[in-house]
Amino acid sequence: MDKPFAITLDVGSSLANKTGAWRDERPVYVDRLPPCNKGCPAGENIQAWLYHAEEGRYEDAWRQIVQDNPFPAVMGRVCYHPCTTVCNRAELDEAVGINSVERFLGDQAIEQGWTVQADAEPSGKRVLVVGAGPSGLSAAYHLARLGHEVVIRDAGPLPGGMMRFGIPAYRLPRDVLQAEIDRILALGVTLECDHKVADIQDEIDEGAFDAAFLAVGAHIGRRAYIPAGEAAHILDAVSLLRSMEGEERPLLGRRVVIYGGGNTAMDAARTAKRLGASDAIVVYRRTQEQMGAHEFELQEALEEGVVMKWLSTIKSAGEDGTLTLERMELDETGFPQPTGELEQLESDSLVLALGQEADLSLLDGVPDLEVADGVVKVDASMMTGRPGIFAGGDMVPAERSVTVGVGHGKKAARNIDAWLRGSAVAAGPTKHEEASFAGLNTWYFSDAPKTVAPRLEMVRRQSSFAEVQLGLDAENALFEARRCLSCGNCFECDNCYGLCPDNAVIKLDPGARYEIDYDYCKGCGICAEECPCGAIEMVPEPS
Amino acid sequence: MASRPIKFYQVGSHAAGNRLLDPELSSVQADPNRSNSITKGHRACQGCGEALGARYALDAAMRATSGQLIAANATGCLEVFSTPYPESSWQMPWLHSLFANAPSVATGIAAALKVKGRSDVRVIGQGGDGGTVDIGMACLSGMFERNDDVLYICYDNEAYMNTGVQRSGSTPPAARTMTTQAVGAEPGNVFGQGKDMARIAMAHDIPYVATATIADLRDVEAKVERAMELHGARYLHILVTCPLGWSCAAADSIKVARLAKETGLFPVFEAELGHVSAVSKIRRRRPVEEYLKLQGRYSHLFKPNRREDVLAHIQAIADRNIERYGLL
Repeated sequence: MDKPFAITLDVGSSLANKTGAWRDERPVYVDRLPPCNKGCPAGENIQAWLYHAEEGRYEDAWRQIVQDNPFPAVMGRVCYHPCTTVCNRAELDEAVGINSVERFLGDQAIEQGWTVQADAEPSGKRVLVVGAGPSGLSAAYHLARLGHEVVIRDAGPLPGGMMRFGIPAYRLPRDVLQAEIDRILALGVTLECDHKVADIQDEIDEGAFDAAFLAVGAHIGRRAYIPAGEAAHILDAVSLLRSMEGEERPLLGRRVVIYGGGNTAMDAARTAKRLGASDAIVVYRRTQEQMGAHEFELQEALEEGVVMKWLSTIKSAGEDGTLTLERMELDETGFPQPTGELEQLESDSLVLALGQEADLSLLDGVPDLEVADGVVKVDASMMTGRPGIFAGGDMVPAERSVTVGVGHGKKAARNIDAWLRGSAVAAGPTKHEEASFAGLNTWYFSDAPKTVAPRLEMVRRQSSFAEVQLGLDAENALFEARRCLSCGNCFECDNCYGLCPDNAVIKLDPGARYEIDYDYCKGCGICAEECPCGAIEMVPEPS
Repeated sequence: MASRPIKFYQVGSHAAGNRLLDPELSSVQADPNRSNSITKGHRACQGCGEALGARYALDAAMRATSGQLIAANATGCLEVFSTPYPESSWQMPWLHSLFANAPSVATGIAAALKVKGRSDVRVIGQGGDGGTVDIGMACLSGMFERNDDVLYICYDNEAYMNTGVQRSGSTPPAARTMTTQAVGAEPGNVFGQGKDMARIAMAHDIPYVATATIADLRDVEAKVERAMELHGARYLHILVTCPLGWSCAAADSIKVARLAKETGLFPVFEAELGHVSAVSKIRRRRPVEEYLKLQGRYSHLFKPNRREDVLAHIQAIADRNIERYGLL
């Protein structure tokens, strides 16, 4: 004993005191489902690719997208971005411009020539894809990557379906579309254009295909009966938009009236403007709130001088092109009712944009198929009643959009693959609980400088059929990606590590996040409360 | 402000760190190799703001001095929970003084170092509001007046907490403590008393005085760093939440401190040579009620009856601070 006077014990560290025993709740790191991912019809893991983009690792970000969607450059232009609509950041300032970043990544890929390879060994199975639209091309892409031999047959002269023959070039430049299609074909997919499949069963048998995916789309413009004089110039929007891809531009005249309130009506009206119409008037029988077109499509159309005529129906078209309109009124159920009030509207041509139907004649005679309301019924695996024949896109019951079609293609491809291999579809990771805005601690997020939004807005410019919406450059794409709040998933901000009063959070290597040291964690809950993205949950200790 | 603004990186300079951030711009607390001056196993209550404030400040001082640092610590919560004989949480040279004399002990250490020619070693004195504002104030004022080369840090939790929550000279008006019960016509601590220690320190015209809260660790770090660049008497007053004494949820410890600043009740500023040189502006202004409602020590202002008169009085204090320091 050579200790100083009155000292009997050696100096010890408080590490001997395992304060974890005090705890009645423990913090646990969780991953929650961000609303953008949940909202994406193509099933993209948006937050994951934004995470890569935030670091400027654009190729990794792009590779993450093409796990699910072969069309980032197309998507970034034409998708109605349901991801942005549900983005939690909208409650803070403005939603993250997810699709602008996606487009930037897609354009980068084209510029840099990034390509993809098949992930699986050749399976020896042959799959026929009917229709080279978004859904068919998406299915072909995924099937090829899964090792199958794919043949696409399309009735049209060029691939793309509605992406080429429906969406105007000012929204989707054809070279961009072609570049992304070429990348799919480079996987070894065979494309046969000008090949209308008249009888699906015959073609399956003749080509010795093991399965088929049908995605013929909905290319027939729905007509409405409008009494019209012989000289009246009436055409449907689908034909108008399709003819834009031909050599001769359609002649519409100076005053063009478009009948309908969906996105196709907007496309037709804006196309008419670009073809030189001085007036493009959209007649719709309901109100702005009820129209099917997306808000931004309407806004862009209005900016370009398209005129909207709400609550009106077209009764008849006279010899000289004069249309007779009847004013409508909403009844208490919100349904438009005629009022008997008539008015005249001069027009040189009338474009009907009243919806589209699918040509299902190729299915005639195929047993076990169920067709209802002009679309083919499919089960949860996208298979029709006929084993081995799958279908997707606009010809099955679903919302009709490019993104939904692409999502169908992916889902069908995975199910076709499983069906061909006689296995069940590999179950994806179980869906996490959704990350709500209330679960975030927004104090920690920077107020995004307001210069961002105007800059995005300012790039909208109209000039003939050149693209209206311009892209982001590397700097503001990076900025936009970094506005992501990373809802429900740790992005390594170090708050839990920095703010633990008990040093009970262990910081692991970059990318490996953190660990709680339960020997010392007292369960105060500060880490969970102060986590910006809501990725820590307090769980009661077992008693 | 002393803190450096950081280019927009998702969480900017609000969170402790960020994987996208240059390590140079990251906080000391985000550093996996921070010194952890006060390490785990200490016996502070769940969610203790003082344990947090002490680690922020001392780790920053350790970095600023390359680990050449000695601290003298007054009796109080910080000393009791960190050093129950024979264990200690301190991973730096640290010594416990009497309740009243931490500033004097720090002065003595600084003098001894000067004699030994050790200009590389710096000295910190620290204590709670009891040891600083009340019991040790004479020693502290002397240290200021002599301009001794010490940074003194007060961790202000607004009462004598470890002895059972008795009122101190730093307890705010209307707050309930064991010695200012929520009874009578004017429940809780009285208005018009108590000491504003930061302004008292400023009155000594010392080189540096600053206030901070545990809700902004980067601000604490920047102020410690600034203080260590200077010599002479320096004073840092950090508001630290006490979930036990304030009767708030342990998880809300930082949130409550943040509201103290965002309501204007606790002005965050810096002063050099007696003049306010910078203030932390309020980022999202909140009414004082939001701050008070989270704390049981003010519950008598809301039930059984809302005390509009008292609430208005407290709001007036916040408004006066906002005006005095230009917090908006």
